[in-house]
Amino acid sequence: MRFIFEKDTWQEIYDSIRKNKGRTAITIFGAFWGILLLVGLLGAAKGIENSFNSLFGDFATNSVFISGSKTTMPFKGYQEGKQIDLTTRDVEIIKKEIRGVQFVVPRNATGGQVTYGFKTGNFTIFGDFPLLDEVQKKRLTDGRFINQKDIDENRKVCVISEGIFKELYKKKEDAIGTYLKISGISYQVVGVYRTSRFEGTNNIHIPFSTFKLVYNKGDKFIWMVVTGKKNFDIVQVEADVKLLLKNIHNVHPNDTRAFRGFNLGKEIAKVTGFLKGLQFLTWFVGIATLIAGVFAIGNILLITVKERTKEIGIRRALGATPNKVRQQIILESLFLTLLAGSLGIIAGGLILMFIDYKEWLTNPTVDIPIILIAYTVLVILGTLIGFIPAYMATIVKPIDALREE
Amino acid sequence: MIKIEKLHKSYPIGKESIHVLKGIDLHIKEGEFVSIMGSSGSGKSTLLNIVGLLDIHDEGNYYLNGELIKDLNEKKAAILRNKFLGFVFQSFNLISYKTALENVSLPLYYKGVSRKERNEISMDYLDKVGLKDWASHLPNELSGGQKQRVAIARALVTKPKVVLADEPTGALDSITSNSVMDLLKDINNEGMTVFVITHEEEIASQTKRIVRLKDGVIVSDELTKAPKTPLHV
Repeated sequence: MRFIFEKDTWQEIYDSIRKNKGRTAITIFGAFWGILLLVGLLGAAKGIENSFNSLFGDFATNSVFISGSKTTMPFKGYQEGKQIDLTTRDVEIIKKEIRGVQFVVPRNATGGQVTYGFKTGNFTIFGDFPLLDEVQKKRLTDGRFINQKDIDENRKVCVISEGIFKELYKKKEDAIGTYLKISGISYQVVGVYRTSRFEGTNNIHIPFSTFKLVYNKGDKFIWMVVTGKKNFDIVQVEADVKLLLKNIHNVHPNDTRAFRGFNLGKEIAKVTGFLKGLQFLTWFVGIATLIAGVFAIGNILLITVKERTKEIGIRRALGATPNKVRQQIILESLFLTLLAGSLGIIAGGLILMFIDYKEWLTNPTVDIPIILIAYTVLVILGTLIGFIPAYMATIVKPIDALREE
Repeated sequence: MIKIEKLHKSYPIGKESIHVLKGIDLHIKEGEFVSIMGSSGSGKSTLLNIVGLLDIHDEGNYYLNGELIKDLNEKKAAILRNKFLGFVFQSFNLISYKTALENVSLPLYYKGVSRKERNEISMDYLDKVGLKDWASHLPNELSGGQKQRVAIARALVTKPKVVLADEPTGALDSITSNSVMDLLKDINNEGMTVFVITHEEEIASQTKRIVRLKDGVIVSDELTKAPKTPLHV
């Protein structure tokens, strides 16, 4: 095996490849394309996954949104069509009774006219607890989110989204400490945050307790976000919570429409499943193309061996042993796959960099170990496939090879 | 140098078999300049192939440099060819994508000589055949005569015991042919054994010994009277 480390061996192969550029290009194209596709597709799949994750990134993914609606079945003397309103008492019971619940965050919302100076807009006003920050992370660009003191003292403070800031304020203005008039009442701005793509862009958050007083809500609220603890099935949590709520509010156990629920965990699981499928497809297509590419190398080497019968005959007449000839063909194959692999990885990387630069996807990347594995597989297959033309090169006798015109 | 005793060779063609060489006895000593004459089908190419270890004989003995050639496998043959023999072919057989220098140094590569040394030796031999200035040219940039000179330099570069030339002037015009023959003569004068195969009387007469082959047997084996001086132009 010493020949592998000899400069001369590689020099001879390099010469033979360099001086047949067209042939080399055609030979490596298949494998180059294969690895390019593998890298490109894996990166793109990762990018899609990242984009998706960043979409939901600030949300607790194992969460369910539950709101009250109208009953559709009579129960315990109540007619159907009874309006169900969630109350803060429900929250306490859920926290106490249901296993696997991590947070229960009640929320209120209403539309309202907001004025700052001479500017006015209609935005959504939320009544929120500081806990919201736990289940839907608010990326604050300035100031803070609502805190417990705001709740306890029913402070008239608000946190606004960047969208609202852009509509009402001048570009470099400091919003913190200014006052917004919401439905006729002044609130001091204490925070500005950047919305994730999943939520609306024009949101104002005020303390839950303040909302309750201003809009006369009593203990009622519109919906709540329930998050499950790790390792608890969010679908089961949703079912448990709903059953408990039906019990509390005297709703028929089979009434499926009295409470509405949007199970984020379930929806995300679906998309995650889709992404898994996408990744599998990517691997499948990439590897299949790679193998086809390697076969293309073997195939074209086989053709070139036929074409080079004469050259091989001359080499043998001049003293090349069959081993030397085989070595050369196999090493050429190896060299070509190395070249194809390297170029493919570089080109794939450039494509991913371009996608990243254009921000079509979020961080389209491929893990280095995966690249190394693909590269190694490619090189091993390339070497193995080289044995076929190498064998073909030596079954022709030198005398017959020389006679060939 | 080359000793052949009762050499037989036949080729199977379908179910039949053609008896090409029918008991050849030939002894070529070191430093001889021998030509094998014969029309096509006389078996001269087969003889050269056997002498050149490109083919194996059926019967008889063949000694190369005193060594009995038998049980030859491809590897052994390749090593012996590299060590003892230099080939000059009718169609030059240069590798088209290699320069003159690289073509000349190829046998040294297979001999395991280092690149630097290889290039030095090869350049010397190119100089010897008068093509030093053409070292970096590709074969298709050379004339027929120049190509054959490169081929001769390549045959000599490993310092073989015998140079085997198969119709070395077959693809050349008469003037170029003469200059190639002059070169072979020069090599012979330096002590190299040269073994030429030809069907041209003109070429054979420039060697020192002519062996005539007909239908697989040697019909005559004589020394040329005086080395005939070719018509220099």
